[in-house]
This record gives sequence, structure tokens and C-alpha cells, in this order.
Amino acid sequence: MIKHVENPVLEVHDLTVSYARKPVLWDIDLTLPQGSLVGIVGPNGAGKSTLIKSILDLVPASSGYSKLFGDDLANVRRRVAYMPQRESVDWDFPASVLDVVLMGRYGKLGLFKRPRKADREVAHECLRKVGMEAFAKRQISQLSGGQQQRVFLARALAQEADLYFMDEPFAGVDAATEKAIIGLLQEMAEQNKTVVVVHHDLQSVVQYFNWVLLLNMRLVASGPTEQVFTNELLQEAYGGKLTLLTEVSELVQKGQFAAREKQGYRG
Amino acid sequence: MEAFWIILTGTLVATSCGLLGNYLILRRMAMMGDAISHAVLPGIVLAFFLTGTRDTIAMLIGAGLLGVLTTFIIDFLHKRGKLQADASIGVTFTSLFAIGIILISAFAGQVDLDQDCVLYGEIAYVPIDLWISNGGTILGPRAIWISGGVLILVLLLISLGYKELYLTTFDPSYAGVVGISVGLWQALLMGAVSMTTVASFESVGAILVVAFLIAPPATAYLLTTRFRTMLWLTVGIAFLTSTGGYVLAVAIDGSIAGAMATIAGILFAIAFVFGPEGGLMSRRKKQATLEESTVSAA
Repeated sequence: MIKHVENPVLEVHDLTVSYARKPVLWDIDLTLPQGSLVGIVGPNGAGKSTLIKSILDLVPASSGYSKLFGDDLANVRRRVAYMPQRESVDWDFPASVLDVVLMGRYGKLGLFKRPRKADREVAHECLRKVGMEAFAKRQISQLSGGQQQRVFLARALAQEADLYFMDEPFAGVDAATEKAIIGLLQEMAEQNKTVVVVHHDLQSVVQYFNWVLLLNMRLVASGPTEQVFTNELLQEAYGGKLTLLTEVSELVQKGQFAAREKQGYRG
Repeated sequence: MEAFWIILTGTLVATSCGLLGNYLILRRMAMMGDAISHAVLPGIVLAFFLTGTRDTIAMLIGAGLLGVLTTFIIDFLHKRGKLQADASIGVTFTSLFAIGIILISAFAGQVDLDQDCVLYGEIAYVPIDLWISNGGTILGPRAIWISGGVLILVLLLISLGYKELYLTTFDPSYAGVVGISVGLWQALLMGAVSMTTVASFESVGAILVVAFLIAPPATAYLLTTRFRTMLWLTVGIAFLTSTGGYVLAVAIDGSIAGAMATIAGILFAIAFVFGPEGGLMSRRKKQATLEESTVSAA
């Protein structure tokens, strides 16, 4: 079940990505509507992070292409923000929280220009949004995992983009932080920004996202959550993993979709 | 006056090397300095063959190109060849160095270009090797002009490219997404490392260059958690190392380069034991604050 939309904010066309000649993503073809909060869901090794990285030109595609806002990434970088996995950097690096968030402004600054007062104000504002303004001067090695995650989120917010890619923003954060982050993301989607999130926890998919990509090397499904997050399609994506499947069918039986309907889909 | 020239040369070289070394250690490429300092040899020899002189500028360009090529080869072996990073470094620089040795021994035997003059410069000769203009004016030691010029280039690179170098060092893939070319800044940095090492060889020798590249920034890293402060501390440590090394060498009547490298090591050891950030004495305290802040956040 792959639903395509008119005037997509992101279009991935026949994308195949391989590592050492072994395909990790196979013939991915999808479109996403503007203003959606998208969850990329699938088992370990399904290629969820790779899909984001390939769209952002961080890993080369064997074939196919991605268009953002109908254009190549190189022409629209200022409208695209990225939040990598927390583990991708060295947190003992000599930097303060504010230093890291200011990096979100670098792309807008251009060559040879230093961040100005206005950029600092944006950075402080983004720290306030994630509840970290009191930590601005803190050395990053002194942060807990959840705080590091929030700093990375603030850095992505500081890019003031229209399309956000986030690689497991909820990994290793406590319940309160997770709730705060998803609140922010939903707020952004309401402002017609598009947020694409690699997500691990099936339990919360229905509550969090209004569009879901089910991925397992190939694209199993893409569409509004209530149409995609079904027992049948999940079985197809997670095929063979029995314990998980029972969990999933319990989830579906619990009828969690009811809560979802209220938010409705904003396309 | 001799002491002044030697200390000034030492400080200039140590500052250039140390500033670049900050980026190397944070990129976990500390051994890259060692590798480049050897791998540039064929570049120097080829530059000599092409120009026929031991002109410093030509040698610097030859060495700079070879240095950048070295980083590309190492990168290629590591990423495409799936060879471990340290193995790629080991294979690349020993092979290139060996090619340089063969070139020298086979073709340049008749001229004054040998391992000694390329690798084991002697800082004690700095005040003797004067730069005299065509008009006969004495402009001071040549090494001062060369290492001063290199320092200006290094300062230009890290002040103009401050945020680019900072971001590509901390989080290269994020830098790529916001449109800062990781490859370009890597090449600029490594080109600067190559030029600096070669320019410094002549005046202070290879061993001291490798020590200056790593020891002062490693010491600064233990003393602060701010990058800007780390850069400034490196400059201070460079001066201390050079001055202390000269004083020590005079006191024991020994090798100046050896004494300077020794002082660099001693300063590092002091920071390692007593440093406020990474030092042994503060580890326990830091651990305690970390736990406290984690608890208060939860």
C-alpha cells in the first residue's frame, strides 16, 4: 500500500542503496505531503537511517534520486534540517551547549561569517523550546543522554527549516523528554512544516504520527497512519518475528486508532 | 641574540604546529601528523627535480601536494578498501617515505639533498643561517621568515575558516547536510599540516615537529573544555615549551630540540596529573558533578 500525493514536499524515486554490493534499500518509491509528521518504522537493519542519510546525500545511492520541494538537495539546503543519532559524535568535544546549537545557524551564515547577535537569540530561543535554556553555558560532556538529545533537537530547530529529518530522537530519553519532544514536533507539523522521524517503538506510532512508512529493505507501505498501521502490513514488514507480531496484533486489537482519529490527518 | 632567535623560531613553529594539532587530535588523526611528516619526502624530491633548486617555496608546494595526496590515499584505503584506519596510515606513509628515500639515493646523490637536511634540521643553526638580500642587507635568520610566514597562513586558515573547521571536526555528516564541504576543509587542513611540517623540518627537525603537533594541544585539551581557550592555551604552551626547552638545553649543554620535546612532555604530564578538566585529580570530582546533574535533570 503506497499512497502517492500531489505536490509532494519529498519525492523518492526508485532509490536503491547498497553497502559493499549488498542492497540495504531496494527500489524505494514514495512521496510525502507537506505538513505531515512522518514515522519511519521497521525492524532492525531495515534501512531506516540509511533512507534518511541517502535522501540527505550522506550515503551514495546506487540508483534513483530524491527531490526535496521538487528540487535537488543542493539548491534547497537552507530549508532542510537534520538531527543525527546522538552516538554519531564525541560528546567529550570541547564545546558548550550554545556552541552546538549555534552550529544550526552555520548553513545560513555562509563562508567566513561568524554568528551574530540575532543568531544567538535564535539559538537561545530554541534552547528555551526544548527546556534547556539554563544549560546554555554547560560543557556538553556534562549532559545526560536525554539532555544531549534535546541539544541536538535545538540545533535542528535553529536551522529554521521547512523539512526536518530526525534519526531516532527518542532513543535513550526519559518519558518526560519524549513527551516534550513529540509535543514540539506536532506543533511544527501544525505550522505546515514536515517532520520525518526514524522511530523504533511500535507502541507509540499511532499516537505520534499521522503518516507512516513501513520499511524492511523495500518499502512495504507509505500512507496515513490509520491506513498503513494494520496487522496485515505490519506482519509483512516484520515478517516471521513471532513475539513481536503478537504484541502488534494486541496493539491493533486494543483499538488504539480511536485516539488517533481525533487529531485527524492534515494533508 | 642567539637565544632570542632560537626561542622565537621554536615558538613560531610550535604555535603553527600546535594550532593545527588541536584539529588533528579532536579528529582522532593525531598519527596523521606523523604520517604526513614522512610521506611528503617524495614531494620535496620531485619539487627539487622540477625546479633544480632547493628553493623553499617550491619545496613547500611539492610537500603540500604530497601531503594532501597522502590523506586521500589513506582515506581511500580506509573507506573503499575497508582497511582499518591505522593500517591505512601505516602502509601509506612508509611506502611514500621509502619512495622518497629511493629517489634521493638514486638520483640526487650528488647534491646537497639528503635525509639529514630534509628530516633532521637543527634548531641551533637558526641564528647562523641568515637571509641576506641582494643589496647586502641582513634581514635576520631565514627560519624566522619561513616559520613566521607559515604561522600567518595557519592563522588565516583557522580564523577565516573557524566555524567550518569547528563543525567538520565535531560532526562531519551534519556539516555536509548544512552545505559545508567536509572534503574541502579536510584537504585545506591537511595541506596546511603538510606545509607546516615541511617548513618546520628545516629549522627544527622532524622529531620536534611531531612533538609540537601533538603535545601542546593534548596538554591544552586537559586544561579546558572551551575550544577557543584550547587554541589560546596552545599558544601559551608553545612559548613555555620553547623557552623552557632552551633554558634546559643550555643548563645541561644538550640538544635544544631534545630539550624542547622533553619540556613538552613534562608540561603534558603536569596537566595530566593536575589539570582541572581531564586531570587525574579532578576525575573523581567531575564524575560526581555529572551524576548530580543527571539526577537533578530527571
